[in-house]
Amino acid sequence: MAVHAFAKSTGRRNRVPGGVGHHNGWRAIMFLLPSWLLLAVFFFVPILLTFYFAFTNLSLTGTSSLATKFVGFQNFVSMFQDPTFRISVIKTIVFLLFSAVIGQQVLGLLLAVLMNERHRLFRSAIGVLVIAGWVTPEIVVAFIFYAFFSDGGTLDTFLSVFHVQPIAWLYAFPMVSVIIANIWHGTAFSMMVYQAALGDVPKEILESAAIDGAGRFQRFVRVTLPMIKGSIATNMMLITLQTLGVFTLIYSLTGGGPGNRTTTLPIYMYQQAFSDYQLGYGTAISLILLMIGIVASFVYLRMLKVKL
Amino acid sequence: MKKWNRAKADAVTVHVVLVLIGIAFVVPLLWMIFAAFDGDATLALQVPQHWTLGNFWAILSDPANQRAFVNGVIISLGQSILVVIVAGFAAYPLSRYHLKYKRPFMYTILFSTSLPITAVMVPVYELFVFLHITDSIFWTTLFLAASGLPYAIWIMKNFMDSVPIELEEAAWTDGASAFSSLRKIVAPLMLPGISTVGIFTFAGSWGNFFVPFILIQTPSKLPASVTIFQFFGQYGSVEYGKLAAFSILYTIPAVVLYVLGQRYMSTGFQFGGATKG
Repeated sequence: MAVHAFAKSTGRRNRVPGGVGHHNGWRAIMFLLPSWLLLAVFFFVPILLTFYFAFTNLSLTGTSSLATKFVGFQNFVSMFQDPTFRISVIKTIVFLLFSAVIGQQVLGLLLAVLMNERHRLFRSAIGVLVIAGWVTPEIVVAFIFYAFFSDGGTLDTFLSVFHVQPIAWLYAFPMVSVIIANIWHGTAFSMMVYQAALGDVPKEILESAAIDGAGRFQRFVRVTLPMIKGSIATNMMLITLQTLGVFTLIYSLTGGGPGNRTTTLPIYMYQQAFSDYQLGYGTAISLILLMIGIVASFVYLRMLKVKL
Repeated sequence: MKKWNRAKADAVTVHVVLVLIGIAFVVPLLWMIFAAFDGDATLALQVPQHWTLGNFWAILSDPANQRAFVNGVIISLGQSILVVIVAGFAAYPLSRYHLKYKRPFMYTILFSTSLPITAVMVPVYELFVFLHITDSIFWTTLFLAASGLPYAIWIMKNFMDSVPIELEEAAWTDGASAFSSLRKIVAPLMLPGISTVGIFTFAGSWGNFFVPFILIQTPSKLPASVTIFQFFGQYGSVEYGKLAAFSILYTIPAVVLYVLGQRYMSTGFQFGGATKG
């Protein structure tokens, strides 16, 4: 171990200020200390607290707010008996699947592929419109789609040209509405990831496939897709993690309603913790969210195959 | 001849599809732009009969809204400065020294970048209540800074790796400390990295609704992201023009930062480059 450490320290970067090797450790700690402190207090302590509070009956009101006690797995037992929790898991999966995995992913890839090798001006004109949705803050996205989907809003006005009766889309199709709003907001990210990925696909390979008689579609499926599959996987994980945490858009567009029709896990967590003041139960829900996030992050790290 | 026709038809189809997608993207946005300049805006997209700046004036002249924008700038700027300095310090030994625990530390950092912050907000609130630091701009900014650190450290370290160490060695020979070589030699050379981190942190913070919504209660301490939400709750179903004007005023900083940050953007979207250790 000592030999190993010595061997490592004889690298090019050994010549540190002052030149004394063992001072390195202390100096490094001084540099890292502020970030360690901040991360420990505000990031890792809350994560540990999640694991602790999820097993308590912590609440903001009532008798248990005075005497918080350990309740074992009671929160999780009630969770699996709670029909609203089950609904919110399903809503989360539907939202993830259609707005991120299918919507943003497919639309982003489609845009990148179609824009590839088009005229520069045309590319940037379309690109700007898509990116505008991404730059717009989430809360403003909610207002914009509130106006778009409202009874008598833009969509109804447009459809009235075809003699379609006005529909209050946010009440009639709340999940479809939030999914479309989230696709509008998020697609630019996937588009940019795929534009970068397509730029790395060597033209020679595509050209030789064309000479061998492969059509546009065949070239895409047989050559391009296998070459960008790394980006597809990475992008999939990143947008899944982003979409898993979406709160602002749904909360301000539908508030999780009508009823429970758009109550995803973050919304249900918020309702339990801050509207019903059941912080213990709310924390148990956030632990579930956190676990899904942790698993997805591990998968993501494995896929990146990072070398540090 | 036949082949040429097909290629042309293909190109036309591609352009038509792209234009349709473009229209689908711009229509919802147009409502905000037109309604903001419309004296009697409705929820439907329409070109204003009477163009006016009245909506903007109404929003800007309200002291509560001015306060909200100032609060937003304080929080976002405070967070960005903290993140840049603290992440810059942290990145230095990670880039320059051989440390025993560098690998697990960098893995933890990368791992933390992808965790959804939503998942920890309930325990963070509990922590703030326990420490009696809720309803404070200062502590909220500090929490936001911590939540932005993992991504910032990761980016900063990668930018710092590209600054040749030889430049610093010359300074060390002249007796400069690690701190002063970081400040005088490394920092100026990695200005693009610092700008990237600063701009993205500011933009993320400016658009963040959930964190101040949970951690701050007093209306006069709230940033624009929450104030605009409350405006929507109170007047959103009547004052459409003002809501749209408020939205535009609130969106402008995000757009400006995006344009500023755009030239460094490509680095963020090439995973290959970003993961080189």
